Amino acid sequence: MTTTEIVDTITVVIDGFEVSVPKGTLVIRAAEQLGIQIPRFCDHPLLEPVGACRQCLVEIEINGRAFPKPQASCTIPVEPGMIIKTQLTSDVADKAQKGVMELLLINHPLDCPVCDKGGECPLQNQAMSNGQEQSRFQGVKRTFEKPVSISSQVLLDRERCVLCARCTRFSEQIASDPFITLNERGALQQVGIYENAPFKSYFSGNTVQICPVGALTGTAYRFRARPFDLVSTPSACEHCASGCDMRTDVRRGKTLRRLAGDDASVNEEWNCDKGRWAFKYVTAIDRLKHPLVRNDAGVLVEASWPEALAVAAQGLKANVSAVLVGGRTTYEDAYGYSKFARIALNTNDIDFRSRLSSDEEREFLASHVVGSSTTYRDIDRADHVLLVGFEPEEESPIVFLRLNKQFRKRALKVTAIASKLSIGLEKLKGDFVKTAPGQEASAIARQVLTAQSIILVGERACESVGALSAVAALAGTTGAKIAWIPRRAGERGALEAGAIANLLPGARLVSDAAARVDIAALWGVDSLPSTQGRSSDEIIAAVHSGAIGALLVGGVDPLDGAQIPESLAALEKAFVVALEIAPSEVTMRADVVLPVAAITEKSGSFLNWEGRARSFEAAVLDSLNRSDLRILSMIAQEMGAAINFSTVTAAAREIATLGRWDGARASMTPVSTPQAPELAPDQFILNSWRRLLDLGTLQKGEENLAGTARQTVAVISPKRAQEMNVVDGDLLKISTAQGSVTLAALVEDIHDDAIWAPRNSRGSQLLVHLGVGHGAVVSVAKI
Amino acid sequence: MTKLVPVLSAHWDEKDSFTIEAYTRHGGYKASQKALAMEPDAVIQLVKDSGLRGRGGAGFPTGMKWGFIPQGDNKEHYLVVNADESEPGTCKDTPLLMANPHVLIEGCIIAAHAIRAKTAFIYIRGEVTHVVRRVNQAIEDAYKAGHLGKGIEIVLHVGAGAYICGEETALLDSLEGFRGQPRLRPPFPAIAGLYAMPTVVNNVESIASVPAIVLNGAEWYQSMGTEKSKGTTLYSLSGHVKNPGQFEAPLGITLRELLELAGGVREGHRLKFWTPGGSSTPIFTDAHLDVPLDYEGVAAAGSMLGTKALQIFDETTSIVRAVLRWTEFYKHESCGKCTPCREGTWWLVQILRDLDAGVGTEEDLNKLLDICDNIAGRSFCALADGAVAPIISSLKYFRQEYLDQLANKGPLFDPEESTLFAPSKAGV
Repeated sequence: MTTTEIVDTITVVIDGFEVSVPKGTLVIRAAEQLGIQIPRFCDHPLLEPVGACRQCLVEIEINGRAFPKPQASCTIPVEPGMIIKTQLTSDVADKAQKGVMELLLINHPLDCPVCDKGGECPLQNQAMSNGQEQSRFQGVKRTFEKPVSISSQVLLDRERCVLCARCTRFSEQIASDPFITLNERGALQQVGIYENAPFKSYFSGNTVQICPVGALTGTAYRFRARPFDLVSTPSACEHCASGCDMRTDVRRGKTLRRLAGDDASVNEEWNCDKGRWAFKYVTAIDRLKHPLVRNDAGVLVEASWPEALAVAAQGLKANVSAVLVGGRTTYEDAYGYSKFARIALNTNDIDFRSRLSSDEEREFLASHVVGSSTTYRDIDRADHVLLVGFEPEEESPIVFLRLNKQFRKRALKVTAIASKLSIGLEKLKGDFVKTAPGQEASAIARQVLTAQSIILVGERACESVGALSAVAALAGTTGAKIAWIPRRAGERGALEAGAIANLLPGARLVSDAAARVDIAALWGVDSLPSTQGRSSDEIIAAVHSGAIGALLVGGVDPLDGAQIPESLAALEKAFVVALEIAPSEVTMRADVVLPVAAITEKSGSFLNWEGRARSFEAAVLDSLNRSDLRILSMIAQEMGAAINFSTVTAAAREIATLGRWDGARASMTPVSTPQAPELAPDQFILNSWRRLLDLGTLQKGEENLAGTARQTVAVISPKRAQEMNVVDGDLLKISTAQGSVTLAALVEDIHDDAIWAPRNSRGSQLLVHLGVGHGAVVSVAKI
Repeated sequence: MTKLVPVLSAHWDEKDSFTIEAYTRHGGYKASQKALAMEPDAVIQLVKDSGLRGRGGAGFPTGMKWGFIPQGDNKEHYLVVNADESEPGTCKDTPLLMANPHVLIEGCIIAAHAIRAKTAFIYIRGEVTHVVRRVNQAIEDAYKAGHLGKGIEIVLHVGAGAYICGEETALLDSLEGFRGQPRLRPPFPAIAGLYAMPTVVNNVESIASVPAIVLNGAEWYQSMGTEKSKGTTLYSLSGHVKNPGQFEAPLGITLRELLELAGGVREGHRLKFWTPGGSSTPIFTDAHLDVPLDYEGVAAAGSMLGTKALQIFDETTSIVRAVLRWTEFYKHESCGKCTPCREGTWWLVQILRDLDAGVGTEEDLNKLLDICDNIAGRSFCALADGAVAPIISSLKYFRQEYLDQLANKGPLFDPEESTLFAPSKAGV
């Protein structure tokens, strides 16, 4: 169903041309509709007008009455009968603009030859288009120490600043992170941070991008390149499932920076600092360059591609094989793994969930997520958003920005079922439904929603038994829409591609004979395996039981999952073919290692949490690395079971022919929540999530970014802190049978039964050191 | 025959004029009793009928401003009194509050009642601590006497000493705890002012004029002043004048008459130039001695009545030096929000310093005027218009002096001669 919004339009005359625009449109934007560019600095379409720079002055009259002074076109909405004269037709406007430009330049250092912005600078460009040829200023310019660091990743050059307040308005109005502000006055006015409080916003990079001069620069990019030496490629972000449109700038085969792209329906013009700055992993890590094969002596040695492919094919053919594929592959690559499992390995033993997962989740994904389309637009229209196992600011930052936009615009009601009150929820002034870890289901069942509500379900919801069943039930009774928001960029695509045991591509059920026939016909094979496959945990167990002898592993970090020792042992035991970009826990245990292309070296697409395709082209064009898809195709060829994907385009074309599936849909068998455990005085239930900036592999090599990560702490409630005689900063040792971590305590609003710690931050790698993530009982001692 | 008509200043010469006893003795707080018994709209109508206009500089009709407040909107309304008197030369609110703070408090009670506000804020400039103490004491006494606290509260707020906070929206930001910088309008304060609620911002003298209007009636007030500028007001004479101070007279009096009252220009000297309403109003010369000092009269002569701060400068004063000093003030006080004011005042000071030192050419005067043209009417608020007013007007009347200074390659005047401690030239 589509609704047409009826918009009142107003017709005005600009430079003699009529234009009709929606009521409320600012004069400066109405002019854009006619292709008339009025110069501007402080104006930004996504920020509230401020009228500070005065560069956009025009002459305006309404019904014959002229404003006595030129008006800032960025602050005045159109009105019926308005006649506007810009610099093109008004000498007054032209002189006003040239005058303001001259004034802006008197204190500007004009160090363009060494400025990062030089060549793509709105001040430079508009000084050319709307300025005077010569400055009449012969006095002394204002000087400041330059640059000063306002965080580890952003540098401030106050001399270049034109005080447009875009950065401070962004921080306040978009990110709700008012870490920076304007202070002092007159020509000494300057952007600044509070004492001892650096600009630690997850979104700080946007201020660098929207700065109309070179006042804010990224530490990592400063003095690295000139814009005209860069080759820009539209791309998509590979970090989380938000699906940001991006631009990747490459010089001589090396990515030098990434910028937020402009997609009004997804990320608007923003992205998070991880998406912007975490790209050096591609070059920082020790990339695999050649195939490796384990020789008779048990040592991995370099091999030729034909040799490695032959050994891989032989090993996979000789054994009962399964596929483990991580959540970071592209949609096309995941489709390749899915087809490879069914055709070359004749199995449904495939799982993209190389993380904590559950069978309840698999059923939930098949019944409520695959093929569904809840979108950002739905958030814009929602009456109430319920967060379950999901911390938007940390796990899908653009979803946070959208929630924040609607909160600021219309006080959108947000409710979080969580154990700990988060910084993000505080910014959204959301309702905090304080729940013991593991007991989320009953809290979910109590929520009152409508058909206009949305339930945003994080991938962590599967860690609480029964929570997803409760979500399904709540949506069923209220009509609320469900959106599943995984952390990794590739998970939704992998789900749609059928890289999971119960689904074939395009929401077709493995258990449905008609669906199998449909896909078999598409793939040109007689039949497809009909028994439901194993989950990743079951695959590991089957390796140990001897039921599975070989594993094809792509983009998996075993340290991200449950039962790490068992996983590592299984990798030792089985015949393993690993597709990877760099040496890892998997490749060191593999029998054949095949290097693949990193994201910047290949084309493809991700499906973001909405299910929206975010396609991208290769940014680095001269890479010799091949995509997973191409390599899988070669192994399959070698095995005599062709999947026929010599290019990403071929896979995309085949995916496009899948079409909608109107056949049987999965149903979900509800799972009930077990009783809450009894806790001894020194026991807590663990609650954790991954922070946006942590020890994630894709953040390697970017120390400036790491410098703005949030502090690693263990959070307990005031009541428990009092009982244990703990104050902020005391050290707490959290232990399980597997091990322990020791963290500084922070006493905050959290369920009395719970202790929270970051899942994968420096000093707090819970899965590695404790062996558990969420809902497990841990012992805590003050030391 | 004296033209002085002391209303606000009627009892300033009494030693205890600032006390609640003295104020009550002369009929204080009767006006508020009377007003509180009236319908709020009737009070607004009364003030409209009186013709009272804002005394803070712009001269907007006070009753009309009150009438802009939406009624029956179930919102809090606020009255804010602008006592952030900071303009060079302007010195009327400070003596008024020192001599008779209760007239302001009573005015607040009446105005708050009229606009249906429960709270009035008085925003006083931070440097004048003696005024702050006096007003504080008066508020305390008014509470004790029961004039406040029965439906109307007054909160005294002390500013931190920024000229821009006299601009009403910057004042509101400052009052809310933010940096004082002017706000984008619309919305106007009458719709979304303090804490986004309908707010009236009035000057001290405007509010202090109200009790007498309520007691004596609109016709009485109408009977004073000129056709469109009614009532009496405080004229503040300062500078090279024999008896500087406050002179309360009906609007429309001339400087010639005021100088007579003040004993004339400094002994042995003659008038060179003067400001009609503070440093932000274009200057006048001895050719303007008979301009009627009401809103229309001063405007017709090319300046503004402003705050009626008449700074008198005699022939010992360098026009270039005086303008430079004023410009330095505006550079120092520019809030920094908008480009023309922030950058423009920075530049103007540098040019004027050169001119004051006799460095430059006639072309620099044209450049100076052109820069002023790029600043005036281009800025976010009116502060920049005020900043260039003395420059433009001084070049209009004293261009030759600028040129003489350049020809002389240095200052033409001995600054000491313009000081009050300079040897008297009387009888020379």
